[in-house]
Amino acid sequence: MRRMAGKCCLLIGLVLGTTLLPCMCLFGQQSVTPSATPSATSSEPGSKALDEKIAQFDQRVTAAQSSADNAWMLVSAALVLMMTGPGLALFYGGLVRRKNTLAIMMQSFVLMGLITVMWALVGYSLCFGGNGPVIGGFEHAFLRGVGAEPNADYAGTIPQTTFMVYQLMFAIITPALITGATAERMKFSGTILFLGLWFLVVYAPLAHMVWGKGGFLNASLGGRFPTLDFAGGTVVHISSGVSALVCALYLKKRTGYPQKPMPPHSLVLSFIGACLLWVGWFGFNAGSALASNGLASSAFVATHFAAATAALSWSAAEWIKNGKPSALGAISGAVAGLVAITPAAGFVGPMPALVIGLAAGLFCYWMVTKVKGVFGYDDSLDAFGVHGAGGTIGALLTGVFAQAVINPIFGVGKAVGGLDGHWAQVGNQLVGIAIAWVFALVGTFILLKIVDLITGLRVTDDDEVTGLDIVLHGEEAYNLES
Amino acid sequence: MIKLEAIIQPSRFESVKDALCEIGIEGMTVTEVRGHGRQKGHTEVYRGREYTVDLLPKIKLEMVLPDKLVDKAVDTILKTAKTGKIGDGKIFLTRVDDAIRIRNEERGENALQ
Repeated sequence: MRRMAGKCCLLIGLVLGTTLLPCMCLFGQQSVTPSATPSATSSEPGSKALDEKIAQFDQRVTAAQSSADNAWMLVSAALVLMMTGPGLALFYGGLVRRKNTLAIMMQSFVLMGLITVMWALVGYSLCFGGNGPVIGGFEHAFLRGVGAEPNADYAGTIPQTTFMVYQLMFAIITPALITGATAERMKFSGTILFLGLWFLVVYAPLAHMVWGKGGFLNASLGGRFPTLDFAGGTVVHISSGVSALVCALYLKKRTGYPQKPMPPHSLVLSFIGACLLWVGWFGFNAGSALASNGLASSAFVATHFAAATAALSWSAAEWIKNGKPSALGAISGAVAGLVAITPAAGFVGPMPALVIGLAAGLFCYWMVTKVKGVFGYDDSLDAFGVHGAGGTIGALLTGVFAQAVINPIFGVGKAVGGLDGHWAQVGNQLVGIAIAWVFALVGTFILLKIVDLITGLRVTDDDEVTGLDIVLHGEEAYNLES
Repeated sequence: MIKLEAIIQPSRFESVKDALCEIGIEGMTVTEVRGHGRQKGHTEVYRGREYTVDLLPKIKLEMVLPDKLVDKAVDTILKTAKTGKIGDGKIFLTRVDDAIRIRNEERGENALQ
């Protein structure tokens, strides 16, 4: 195990090194840009010279702001990628049995490749190109027209390339979350095909509806039912969590569940993964301000506060119920809090964040320990119990607690959330939540049917007993004798 | 010659070993084992799911002793391995026909010293 831990550290170090170093190089280039612009040359008196000077000054201020925003957004993009690998891969990897460790980690990792390629070809365009009410167009297919110029509709101060790559990292982690429900029994081929299609059929339309120009749930660009979703409560967590439930029901239980014990094989890995998720989430939520401004700070604080209270509330519930507060409970609580604050992060202050965290910890604890048992579905790693449930309660509470003081998204002086005096927003949130649920339910069910016909979904019972690492990947996570 | 096997609580192992050394027992074989007697396992809870762990970690000591040392060894183990709670383990004694030192082919009690 010590050797494993060493390897993990090395891996994390490598990932951080390789992701952050290029960013740092870019900061360097960015900070050079303003001084590279021609400095004042004319000393002629008169208003023309003054105008020129003001124009130059203006240009420099814009360049300086862009440089600061771009630096933060590149770091945020790297942080969000870190949530998938190693964050989620370790979190899920530790929760499965030893024989399925590499299989579940590979499912996250392969999405870092697959979704990236799909994003470059059509994904970005379907989410953020065009202005349809449900789905984007092919305007930016093959990343046509995506360059250093900002896209004023979304983020006016950073290169569109930065916005594009930042949004890509969200598209990677969302399908990866679903693998928690299909863990320990789904084929690798079926997983790739299903999640690739799922990205096109479920993620892309939802991302466009909620965040894209013209999308009918878009709150900042005048959608019909403006749904407040700062960083992805509906788009990321409800969509993946509800799809996870459909997958768990469709795939049926793992062989031997629930009679056979299936305890997590290494909570140490899960612990490291959860802590990386917590840190990465600052890029996810505070980065969703799309600028290095006060709103980013506010979202950062809300994110942290919700994670902290949810870790405590889940632990407290467990302590009272079982007599012992477990490490798995504490980290599960933190993740539940982070999920729930995701839609609210840029709309609520620190005190509502504490309330949202408290509620998320208790609600998800109840979903995972009670509701799952009552209905008997085998959501192996609780992707629905944490992301589906946490995302839903978070999206709802965003409608209650959102404040114009934090983010006057509907215009200066106009109330945003229920306690602000705009209770209709809770209704809008419900519309957004319902649409995300329906999209995920129907889309996932149809796609599973199709993939079942093409590649099949489950490995054989024998293969399941042997373990997916050997059967699907021809290797083992731990060769302790070698 | 008697073979003594003792299964004891892992937490008592160091004290037992030191005490046996003090009364002049020089050789022993130690194995980490899992098992249970009347002390049933404990439960572990992962996200509300309970698992019963039946087999508990124990330490097994094995040594072959000249007859005159056996009573002293048993007394020592009883004294040092006892916590008074269920799960303290057991001692088994069996007669041994012969012992052979591989290095110089000495036999019987001479091979034990």
